[in-house]
Amino acid sequence: MAETPIPVLQRRRSGAATRGAGAGAGAYLTYLLPAVVLFTVVIAVPLVMNVYTSFTDWTGVGPRQWAGLANYRQLWHDSEFWASMWHTLALVAAMAVVPTVLGLLMAAALFDVIAKRFSPRVASVLRACIYLPQVLPIIVAAIVWSWILDPQYGALNVALRDVGLGFLAHDLLGDPHTALLTVMAVLIWFQLGYPVVIFMAALQRTDPALSEAAEIDGATWRQRLWRVTVPQIRPEIYVVLLTCTVASLRTFGWIYALTSGGPGVATQVPSYYSYQSFFTDLDVGYGSTIATVMTLIIVAVSVVFLWVQRRHAG
Amino acid sequence: MSGTLTRHRLTRHRLTRKRGPAAWLTLTALVVVTAGVLIPFALIALNAFKPPAQYSAHGPLSFPDGFYTGGIQEFWDTADFGRALWNSVLISGSVCVLAVLLSILSAYALGIGRVKGRTWILGAFLIANFLPQEGLVYPLYDLAKEAGLYDTQLAVIIIFTVIQAAFGTYLLSSVLGTFPRELLEAARMDGAGRARILWRVVVPVSRPTLGVLLVFFFIWTWNEFFLPLVFLVSNQNQTVPVALGTLQGQHIMNPLTTSGAALLGVVPTIIFFLIFQRTMTRGVTVGSIK
Repeated sequence: MAETPIPVLQRRRSGAATRGAGAGAGAYLTYLLPAVVLFTVVIAVPLVMNVYTSFTDWTGVGPRQWAGLANYRQLWHDSEFWASMWHTLALVAAMAVVPTVLGLLMAAALFDVIAKRFSPRVASVLRACIYLPQVLPIIVAAIVWSWILDPQYGALNVALRDVGLGFLAHDLLGDPHTALLTVMAVLIWFQLGYPVVIFMAALQRTDPALSEAAEIDGATWRQRLWRVTVPQIRPEIYVVLLTCTVASLRTFGWIYALTSGGPGVATQVPSYYSYQSFFTDLDVGYGSTIATVMTLIIVAVSVVFLWVQRRHAG
Repeated sequence: MSGTLTRHRLTRHRLTRKRGPAAWLTLTALVVVTAGVLIPFALIALNAFKPPAQYSAHGPLSFPDGFYTGGIQEFWDTADFGRALWNSVLISGSVCVLAVLLSILSAYALGIGRVKGRTWILGAFLIANFLPQEGLVYPLYDLAKEAGLYDTQLAVIIIFTVIQAAFGTYLLSSVLGTFPRELLEAARMDGAGRARILWRVVVPVSRPTLGVLLVFFFIWTWNEFFLPLVFLVSNQNQTVPVALGTLQGQHIMNPLTTSGAALLGVVPTIIFFLIFQRTMTRGVTVGSIK
């Protein structure tokens, strides 16, 4: 799953809340029961088991050996783990930062210029086309790109040779210097449509009078965008940044199908590293340690985002 | 006074209608970006039906001079694609229905029943939806093995029902939080019990949101890869992304079958996209309004 829209938490009228609670809220607990049971079995128990396993040495069969903090100590000195963390930052840039900024500019251009001065239909067709990669399963999109980027038969290098730029042809995913940058470029292609769609919807609920007033007062397009529009669509910007950041921290399918973390560890990411530890190296304790660290990071990022979002909403 | 007003109107008219060089430049830039985004789709379309001889002679950019379905057929058979399609439909279909049902029940308790501590429960559900799946995968794999559910579609259905319902509960609770109280009161006056109110009042009124959730859960589950990859090891159980992913991982595919494989992978989602486009645009924005 690439992204998840989140509703900005609703502020409730306190009157309605008390009335509801007064009517015996306890009796509704029955309706919560199935979710609580399933949630416990599928999420809570595995989560705790995973944290516990991270303090043990285990191949997946036989008894776990208590190892204390040994796995965490190993992690701290593991250059492959640190490389995977740096790559994650690069993926946050490619999936959250760049698409948010570019998406904002493109949504504003589509909304302000194309829809108003050309035609709303042109704007919505362009929007639909830019969104198209988002509906693909990641694995399908990754297969398409590994085919395009194939050093011998791939469309990219063939095209370069055809137009006489053969000296530029390059095994982009096979060269440790270009592999990560190539993955980042592909991720931008994939992710861009999501902020464009969200921001265009956001712009529709902004007050056009504010922007027009600023325009008449001589504000440039850029000033209007940053001072007038951005503050009005701040909730959507938070939603996009949060969901895209979380998605980039969870990147797995792209790496699985494009590079397997290679060449060497040039595109290794934590999720793929823990997958390899679990199912290839049979070092389940170590895989759980990587997974525990990623869980903590993602929970921390979500909590901080939600906290900032609520503060701004109030 | 009226002079200023007219001038403002004129300015406004001029500003919104002007198609200066800047506007044309913006249009050009956007069209170029859009074309760039579409290139991979065009390449798939160009090559999926290209005869192999032509592909090896003229490469991926030549215009096909024949209509050849062998590449697609070959891939369809290697991947047992018909079966994968059916598995994906079965899993995504079950998950979306079950997850919507589960979301309705818990959102009724949280959004309308206003159970104590609901803010914390909702926060936990939302974060559960964000959790990295590698943090759950091994214990789930272990539990499934013990329960005899490893390598079964049921395991995947149960897991994704919970993961999707975690998000569905969050969204639906905030929607039901604004449910018109008068309707509930009226139903209560008429002697309807809680269950009756849920199925006869709340569910019918919230049908648009439920529809959006249904579509989203279907597509999200369809696109899932990590957990199905771990859980569905035998070919006969695999979903479309897992079948494609494992073939790619085994480096079995050649450039000829790849475009056919890509086409088969792309087509179902494009069909969903077209069928559900209205619902999807509504749904993508449902999160950010309010």
